[in-house]
Amino acid sequence: MLHMLQKPLEAAQPSRRTFLKVSAGTIGGLVLAMNLPRAAASAAEGEFTQPFVHIRPDNTVVVLSKHLDKGQGTASGLSTLVADELDASWDQVRVDFAPSNPQLYANTMFGVQGTGGSTAMANSFMQYRQAGAAAKAMIVAAAAKDWGVPASEITVSGGVVSHGSGKSATLGELAGLAAGEEVPAEPVLKTPDQWVYIGKSFPRLDVKNKTFGAPGTYTMDFQRDGLLVATVARSPRFGGKVASFDAGEAMKVPGVVNVLQIANGVAVIAESTWPAIKGRSLLEIEWDDSEAETRSSDAMIAELKEMTAQPGIKVREDGDIDAALDASARVIEADFDFPFLAHGAMEPLDIALYFDGESAELWFGSQIQTIDHNVAAAVLGIPFQNVKINTLWAGGSFGRRAQADAHPVAEIASLAKAMQAAGMAAAPVKIVWTREDDMAGGYYRPMSAHRIRVGLDAAGNVTAFKYNIAAKSIVKGTPFEAMLMKDGVDHNMTEGAHDTSYAFPLMNMDQAYQETQVPVLWWRSVGHTHTAYVMETMIDRLAKEAGKDPVAYRLEMIRDDPRKANVLKLAAEKAGWDKPLADGRFRGVAVHKSFGSYVAEVAEVSFRDDGTVKVEKVTAAVDCGTPINPDNIVAQVEGGIGYGLGAILRNQVTLVDGVVEETNFDTYEPLRMSDMPEVEVHIVASNEPPTGIGEPGTPPIGPAVANAIAAAKGDWITSLPFSRTGVV
Amino acid sequence: MSVTLKINGETRTLDADPDSPLLWALRDELKLTGTKFGCGIAACGACTVHLDGMPIRSCQTSVGDLEGAEITTIEGIDSKAAEAVQTAWQELEVPQCGYCQSGQIMAATALLSETQKPTDEDIDAAMDGNVCRCATYARIRKAIHLASDKMEG
Repeated sequence: MLHMLQKPLEAAQPSRRTFLKVSAGTIGGLVLAMNLPRAAASAAEGEFTQPFVHIRPDNTVVVLSKHLDKGQGTASGLSTLVADELDASWDQVRVDFAPSNPQLYANTMFGVQGTGGSTAMANSFMQYRQAGAAAKAMIVAAAAKDWGVPASEITVSGGVVSHGSGKSATLGELAGLAAGEEVPAEPVLKTPDQWVYIGKSFPRLDVKNKTFGAPGTYTMDFQRDGLLVATVARSPRFGGKVASFDAGEAMKVPGVVNVLQIANGVAVIAESTWPAIKGRSLLEIEWDDSEAETRSSDAMIAELKEMTAQPGIKVREDGDIDAALDASARVIEADFDFPFLAHGAMEPLDIALYFDGESAELWFGSQIQTIDHNVAAAVLGIPFQNVKINTLWAGGSFGRRAQADAHPVAEIASLAKAMQAAGMAAAPVKIVWTREDDMAGGYYRPMSAHRIRVGLDAAGNVTAFKYNIAAKSIVKGTPFEAMLMKDGVDHNMTEGAHDTSYAFPLMNMDQAYQETQVPVLWWRSVGHTHTAYVMETMIDRLAKEAGKDPVAYRLEMIRDDPRKANVLKLAAEKAGWDKPLADGRFRGVAVHKSFGSYVAEVAEVSFRDDGTVKVEKVTAAVDCGTPINPDNIVAQVEGGIGYGLGAILRNQVTLVDGVVEETNFDTYEPLRMSDMPEVEVHIVASNEPPTGIGEPGTPPIGPAVANAIAAAKGDWITSLPFSRTGVV
Repeated sequence: MSVTLKINGETRTLDADPDSPLLWALRDELKLTGTKFGCGIAACGACTVHLDGMPIRSCQTSVGDLEGAEITTIEGIDSKAAEAVQTAWQELEVPQCGYCQSGQIMAATALLSETQKPTDEDIDAAMDGNVCRCATYARIRKAIHLASDKMEG
């Protein structure tokens, strides 16, 4: 997911030419300002329509979520902000996803419409409250005029507008009148003591549908009359191209309508999903691998390790680190490597498109609508305003749907053009990715190598901390380069390390970029997925070298970071850090800041008879600023822990001669029920602005468990996942 | 070929490739999309339905083998156990992305129909085949215990 941005993307000029480089993986010049019709244009009689909130005559309050909800609870969270300021009843609130419109719905931290970097609440907190407050002011103004009473005497509570004279009305009854009121420029917001929903656990709006298997929720379930379903045979090696293919056998499958070559492979188009899958399995394709990645992952890891042994691009340079290391009494050395990771969302990638030659409509879990929108227009060769995106609920993402190159959009647009060129009648078409397509399809958490050299004085105090990292950059060469890279440095790769609050007297950090055709992407917590592991296991080692308790040592070293110290103390206290453990139990701790939030986790482990580790319990403390929905915060930390734990225990994507080995959940074994520890989450009360919660629970779990294993075994695992050792 | 079977209590005749997995017949032919496609190899449980009351993976069950079978999907469950499970699921806000939850609920319902008071070990055994990438497992476990209490009470 996207890094928290320092500055929004500067509006670039649209350029058709740059979009046509989609197949080469380069996109630029996003269209950010278009004269789109305002969301209110289609308002029905008697309806109140503002960009973020509609109030219907039937008394429904519809909040428009500009952010994709892929399980993190954002749509309900944003609705809460509006409902609270509007004083609506929670029962009357519904949520829809906003249309793609960068003018109205940009993420204020990105400058484009998009979800990621755990920014949804942070960038919307004031915006959605203001929208609710403005709506309430307009409702009150309308009531005052209608009733002939002063606005100051009107109250709104639980969706009912009332006056001491006995007059009262619902929000829905006043919606039409309020629509004509002027939108206040600076609506008065509630003070925290006036909040009725914010800070309290309340039911999410999507839970019922998801409990009853309601139709139309996900892209996979998308239906239309005459819908065609396509699968695409893509190169087994990244960067490979179709040399030739034979569709003879595929075309014989009943239900297969056509087989067409598209920009990145061969598409089998069928009347339904099964023939599309079966037909594809019968294709015979010769691939041209002349420009493809043909290395094995072992060779790529070896290359990364060599890169970390050389000076790289300076990310942080406090001083002459080699001299300081030479002058130290001892040097601790550690070399880490991390594998490619697939996101493995439960809903494989999917997307639907209807293109009639002049305009296009898409249905999918769009995570960066502005890029998706631009790419659709560019590849289809139609104006931006002729494209409509319908964002649907996503069955997970963990970063996978936030592509900088919008490759699923480019692919389905390429398919629509091929269908048109083949003389097929315009029809809605859905591309379904099988699990194998999704898992072997790249866009992985980058593999990386980390080389650490720490100088200690005679007493065991750190004198110098040298950190070299090498990986493929996620942002280099993408539209995000301009905003996420500064002076040639990719801080996405080093976040959580170069900016550590551990008080080292001297720290230098270098980075190097691996070149490979394997596409990489943000994976729940991005750079923190590896830097937190390195930093937090190293700190444990350094505590041991200094002869100090891991919690006490960390508190000494983060003395200037009170919020971090606070969550660490809270987690330690709740976990009973100072109390003895039962026989056969071991504990480890980690604390990390990511996406503006602080999370400490204490993991308690045991070992089964065969020597494998079982994580019994995790006690977490989190400070994410003002808590909006405490139960959702707990859910995200529980889930973030489970997601990180599965990866650290046994997940890796490896290549043999460029071909992915792990293609489904049998070989990329996810965390399962029997692996899930008991999780206890404690939330720090705070009045600070809200910060991220979708990702910050993930980084500390790996090192917390590694530190618990080290407490038992005396050694820290440095080559991931743990299944490479004997403990899993 | 055509296969006649009962789906959610109704007799249906499917005109399908006998190799076609039940999953796709349900989703594409009958538009019962509550049953989800997750892996296609019976490794994730998202496609779980009941065959004569027992949980099965519809992605690995060929339509051709189902003549006369009774299939129940998430759209059709209405037993006491199902009601308790779906009530508990909502009370504890189990779903996050929600995509696996139809399968989780079908597996949990089958468990509680067999074992009214499951232990944690029973839950591990019955639910280990159902993957949730959002890792809602802790809440699923709590919700199964809660549903069990509801059935008793």
